[in-house]
Amino acid sequence: MLGYYMLGYYIDLAWRSLRRSPGLTVLMVLAIGFGVAASMTTYSVFRAVSGDPIPWKSSQLFVPQIDAWGPSSRDSNGEPPDALTYTDAMALVHAHRAKLQSAMYRISPSLVPGQAGQHPINVSGHAVYGEFFPMLDVPFLYGSGWSADDDAHQAPVVVISGELNQKLFDGANSVGRSLSMDGKDYRVVGVMDSWNPQPRFYDLASSANFNAIGESVFIPFERGIAAGIYNSGNTNCHEPRTGPGFIGLQQSSCVWISYMALLDSSAAVSQYRQYLDGYAREQQRAGRFHWAPNNLLRDVPAVLDHQGVVPSDTRISLLVALGLLVVCLVNTVGLMLAKFLRRSGEIGVRRALGAPRRALYAQFLMEAGMIGAAGGALGLLLTGVGVMSVGWVFRPEIAALARLDWSLLGITMVLAVGVTLLAGVYPTFRAARVQPAWQLKSN
Amino acid sequence: MQIQPILAALKRHKAGTFLIALQIALTLAIVCNALFIIQQRVERISRSTGMIETDLMAIQNMWVGLSDENASEPLIKADLQVLRQLPGVQDALATNSYPLRGGGWSTGVRLNPEMKKPAAQTTQYFVDDHALATMGAKLIAGRNFRPDEVVAIDPKKFQFSPTVMVTKALSDKLFPGSSALGKQIYLSDGTPPSTVVGIVERLQVPWKGGFADNFEANSTLLPVQLTGNFTTYLIRSKPGQLASVLKAAPEALFKANRMRVLPSERGVRSFAMVRQDAYKSDRGMAILMGIICVVLLGITAAGIVGLTSFWVGQRRKQIGVRRALGATKNDILTYFLTENLLIGLGGVLVGALLAMGMNLWLMKQFEMARLSPLYVITGVIVLLLLGQGSVLAPAMRAARVPPVEATRSV
Repeated sequence: MLGYYMLGYYIDLAWRSLRRSPGLTVLMVLAIGFGVAASMTTYSVFRAVSGDPIPWKSSQLFVPQIDAWGPSSRDSNGEPPDALTYTDAMALVHAHRAKLQSAMYRISPSLVPGQAGQHPINVSGHAVYGEFFPMLDVPFLYGSGWSADDDAHQAPVVVISGELNQKLFDGANSVGRSLSMDGKDYRVVGVMDSWNPQPRFYDLASSANFNAIGESVFIPFERGIAAGIYNSGNTNCHEPRTGPGFIGLQQSSCVWISYMALLDSSAAVSQYRQYLDGYAREQQRAGRFHWAPNNLLRDVPAVLDHQGVVPSDTRISLLVALGLLVVCLVNTVGLMLAKFLRRSGEIGVRRALGAPRRALYAQFLMEAGMIGAAGGALGLLLTGVGVMSVGWVFRPEIAALARLDWSLLGITMVLAVGVTLLAGVYPTFRAARVQPAWQLKSN
Repeated sequence: MQIQPILAALKRHKAGTFLIALQIALTLAIVCNALFIIQQRVERISRSTGMIETDLMAIQNMWVGLSDENASEPLIKADLQVLRQLPGVQDALATNSYPLRGGGWSTGVRLNPEMKKPAAQTTQYFVDDHALATMGAKLIAGRNFRPDEVVAIDPKKFQFSPTVMVTKALSDKLFPGSSALGKQIYLSDGTPPSTVVGIVERLQVPWKGGFADNFEANSTLLPVQLTGNFTTYLIRSKPGQLASVLKAAPEALFKANRMRVLPSERGVRSFAMVRQDAYKSDRGMAILMGIICVVLLGITAAGIVGLTSFWVGQRRKQIGVRRALGATKNDILTYFLTENLLIGLGGVLVGALLAMGMNLWLMKQFEMARLSPLYVITGVIVLLLLGQGSVLAPAMRAARVPPVEATRSV
């Protein structure tokens, strides 16, 4: 009971003290508010772009890299190309050494709406294998992905996004209906629930890392190749192509296919590594590669790290904002020191009347905590304004990712109170050391 | 002015002195680097494209249902005819890209086929004889392309063009001290050379920064009309008629041929919009850094006012004693100003080192440029003045403490 009573007393003391010097109080609250808000706003963007897009299985998803170009094209780290040639991708597909796997390339076919008078629209998506959907746990609204049989038979099937389903079929269950892409008819087998992982980890080699709009269509890989739906992602070539057109690209040493494999144990990972090296050695023996195997197998977090997907502007602004917070803290330490020591006389009296040091600690930390809470409240307000206006500073596809949610609000408040208490530690320590006798004498 | 007593007094306020100095040091370090970032972004934003940007617009066109890559050749010809005859249009151009578009072709330029490393990096603009007039780029030597020089080629089969125009920046880079006019350059491996027939004063590459920073004005124009699925149109309206052409041009294109896609986002843009889109994040970053600088300086100033006011309050009695012993108001004022100057000097000294250290780290992490010492010097002066300015009010209050204060107890 006594504890509660004293708590109320400390709140009362803190409140009186804060009111006695409103200028200093406002200054401290402003400093904490601005510092916390700047940090949290930039953090909201940083958090959005540096997160793990598929945390539950990112460490089981691997991206193989095969050196199809040789030492002359390697950078100083000996890094092989970040995508595969058609030849290598097909070899990996047919060997099927992973539990689930998919080769993929980006497509942007044009879609001709059924009604006359409507302009054709351009959609983006990927040509993938059926295992892509269970491997990445793609959520479905209606239907599902397609079977291995559909892959093998180059079936004209398509999985579409919920948005496209809304546009074309008014959101109805469109499984079984057909749509026309690049002049050919495709049967809808699945409609995805909203799915737009950020960054687009399954094809970092070819896609922009962050995309405000998710992909609309997925078709079977072999169907895309057979129908001549051209790759709309990056194509990197080491030497001029010999043949023309899409066939020429498939025969070339250009890399344009991304690959992902699900390997769920360390044994599976090392077996897959052995398989890749064996494959490269085989190619070496066959005379296609004139160099020793130089393969890589990175999991998703390692690929994200290597590709440096977090834009440097995001990092720089977070760092500068944290710098601002540190200055605000140093400022608060100074002001609190002044504020607490100004009351040396009062402290002397309290100590002389028998208040233990512990009580003084409690009193002053309570005061710091109240400043922190007020700063946090201001910080919340400013963070809200900040998150709304990140579109000014960052590229739209990145700004769209920054969200104000409960966890951000919680962190803002905890950060504000936490740092203010931290700032209050030294001034409190100094205040508690005030010698009662000396203060009373000088009065 | 004696510094000794000030130092003695500061020794009794070690914590406060240290905190103010630390705050000044950190503020200096951050403000220097933030200002430097602002300057870099502003410099980037203010680069000229080399084009006359008023009355200019761009259309992004994608063909639908082409039977093969060459099938777009007559379509592009027809489109250009439609656009050039449209009321309000001065000239129009089909190209693969244009400055600030963000995507385009880049290649290395060699002076002879044996060169191991390219002598320069350049972008390639595939255009026709209307390029200079439409873009508003200035030919400073040689000649423009002739209509009969322009050929149509499938982009996946393109190898070389016998004639090209280059920008002056590229010419200077390839042939320092002379001109590229009439000389031969190699734009890819294993192909015949191209002869430079014209020099353009300036034309920016499609990229606005990053990897393109070291060849931002190295452009090559080729008299080649690329066919394929994607075509970009640049259109110059007659003076003041851009608004009507922005509306009329896409309508006319759809009227001529429906089998096309003009993306809803960035499909049809005036060049002012192109510029705004391209530099949006740079402008935003500069504004953010600016806000942070202002907040930082404001908080540091307020902190100095706060702590100095406290010290003045604490030392009223001592000030009174000094006044009673004959010190003038001016002496008291000078005392506090000098005290702040000493702390400030300590702070900026550490801060300057911190600023340069921070810049070195940013250079390593984010490939930033080296901080010019001018920024550090400017920052030092700004912070010292800020300190003096902030201390002025409390110091004047101190100077007003009457000598009689010496006789009062508190």
